[in-house]
Amino acid sequence: MIKRLLVGARGKSFGLIVPLIAIAFGFIAGGIIMLLSGNNPILGYTALIQGVFGDMYYFGETLRMMTPLILSGLAVAFAFRTGLLNIGVEGQLIVGWLAAVVVGIYVDGPFALVLAILAGAVAGGLWGFIPGLLKAKYEVHEVIVTIMMNYIALHVSNHFIRNYLLASGQRTDFVNDSASLSSPFLEALTDYSRLHWGFFIAIFACVVMWFILWKTNKGYELRAVGYNKNASSYAGMNVKTNIILSMVISGAFAGVGGAMEGLGTYGYAQILSGFTNLGFDGIAVALLGASTSVGIFLAAFLFGGLKIGASNMQSAAGVAPELVEIVIALIIFFVASSYLIRWILGRLQQNKEEK
Amino acid sequence: MKKKFSFLLTTVLAAGTILAACGSGDDEANEGQGADGGAEGGGFSAKMVTDEGGVDDKSFNQSAWEGLQAFEGDFDDIEIEYLQSNSASDYAPNLNRLARDGSDITFAIGFLMEDDIREIANQHQDNNFAIVDTVVTDGDDNLIDNIANITFAEHQGSFLVGVVAGLQTETDQVGFIGGVESALISKFETGFKAGVLAVNPDAQISVQYAQSFNDASLGQGIADSMYGSGIDIIYHAAGGVGNGVFTEATDRARNGENVWVIGVDRDQHEEGEYDGGNVTLTSMVKRVDEAVYQVSEQTMNGDYPGGQILEFGLEDNGVGIAETQDNVSDEALQAVEEYKQMILDGEIDVPQNDEEFEEYQSNL
Repeated sequence: MIKRLLVGARGKSFGLIVPLIAIAFGFIAGGIIMLLSGNNPILGYTALIQGVFGDMYYFGETLRMMTPLILSGLAVAFAFRTGLLNIGVEGQLIVGWLAAVVVGIYVDGPFALVLAILAGAVAGGLWGFIPGLLKAKYEVHEVIVTIMMNYIALHVSNHFIRNYLLASGQRTDFVNDSASLSSPFLEALTDYSRLHWGFFIAIFACVVMWFILWKTNKGYELRAVGYNKNASSYAGMNVKTNIILSMVISGAFAGVGGAMEGLGTYGYAQILSGFTNLGFDGIAVALLGASTSVGIFLAAFLFGGLKIGASNMQSAAGVAPELVEIVIALIIFFVASSYLIRWILGRLQQNKEEK
Repeated sequence: MKKKFSFLLTTVLAAGTILAACGSGDDEANEGQGADGGAEGGGFSAKMVTDEGGVDDKSFNQSAWEGLQAFEGDFDDIEIEYLQSNSASDYAPNLNRLARDGSDITFAIGFLMEDDIREIANQHQDNNFAIVDTVVTDGDDNLIDNIANITFAEHQGSFLVGVVAGLQTETDQVGFIGGVESALISKFETGFKAGVLAVNPDAQISVQYAQSFNDASLGQGIADSMYGSGIDIIYHAAGGVGNGVFTEATDRARNGENVWVIGVDRDQHEEGEYDGGNVTLTSMVKRVDEAVYQVSEQTMNGDYPGGQILEFGLEDNGVGIAETQDNVSDEALQAVEEYKQMILDGEIDVPQNDEEFEEYQSNL
């Protein structure tokens, strides 16, 4: 069903209207909760919007926040297109982060940045390869494997940082300047936010995903496998290879997302006390963006803005930052339920026709 | 049909993961919002950024906020506020926001914000900052003029609870559970060991690090094996991991076992309560609230301690044993007072790291 939900929103107007309604419902419901908890929703939402657009600094931070969300959204969406649920984006992102930082620390020179990003992609891809292989060869459900791989990624990378890379406190050394994505130009432009070149890499990645899926033969095959495995197999496509490939590419997107955090936002990797949630938010981004490149970009902007604006909501309007998480959850809920409504309507119609 | 079921299963699993993900970052309900926005200017403003633990972490974030609230209550025309960080990437924007709002002093609660505060303080040279639990230096190891470094003599406080543990253990075996290995937690460990050995040279002390500050199940597992091996008192310096230690101890206490936990940072008496009693022997309190209060007051009076390292120890009541002392024997309380005086008089130099501990041990 999810497959059909995510891939099925082909009707142009429907594809746009459902997320918009869902967002509106989400905000309205969030406003009601604000009222119930004794806050002024108009004040709250004004503060939220000001928190994103009110100042170049926060706008820059919003774009910075978007960067990993776009890439994790793309990762989830790419696997969705092949009928796979990659819940392991979080783990792929963490290993990508670590791998990129390790290369960024030890490699210097003109190619350091490219190598570091590639390392992130390879590490993420490898983390996607394992569940892909298990799925293709032994029919092990990718959801189970990827969830477990998340924990392995978290603890293994923490182990490596703690035992081999610890520089001060909880983090590794900073990456070399040659491998850093941070940009004094973009920082100056946005009043010293942490906006970095990774934002443009994320946009480029949107184009890459669109190109692979819609402009190449392989992309056609991947989508075909997503629509119907048996038909694809009958048509002579190698379903197993496509499943593995899809997971690897999905993981690579996630790994690059991690590299953006490691090389751009932070400049180091740290011992994580828990999941970053960037990968899990990617699921929401992909869902709201209906697994399209443009949709993911816009959804990432919305979620990034909500997260950055939340602190202004707290500071200027006294609204708990958790409320923003509630609004995000409500939006996802409404997106999912409008698809559900559509699905139910579709079923009813089908039944009628059968009679 | 089968296919539909597998879809359903997949959907449920996926939804579960999303929900779990949504929950983990913000499971602390945010009661008592402190940010009463739109406060009139003119007064003195003291604000803080919490780390990922959130403002009601039952530990130092909460304690710091209590300090600010007390400060607000004691003086007129004070504006206080906190910003909660849901992930490490929030530290910089949150600190920045407070600095831009023109707070008179901005506290960063926790050593995790070290790199962020260094950068933000550099960008806002006119603002006053303070960080708890670490010392921030620039590239040349010099202190930074607009950052006050608040540290605590945790080793001294840990020594005192070590004295209690050493006197009250019946099996002569005590345990220490640390969070993530670091110089900071090492102060707790060595201070505790030194305290135990000072009063009970025969005691066996086993030390284990959870390498986490928030995995309660891990804490429960370690506590299980420690209590199982005959240890009857565990001191934890491990944040949320300690909650698991309390769970294990109350389970065992319900079954009639004689086990104890020594709490950390705050008076953890509440955490040890169960229907038949309380497993919290005592707690090593670290008065973050006191420190935040004092630094705010100094700053308001024009004595901002920027570029200094402040160490809150026994003499400032910055560390010590908890007020709730129901489970501590009179003998132990008396010993605590004696040792406290000896530390204050300089007769005992409590070790802070492994090297100093070895030296201390050889002098016993």
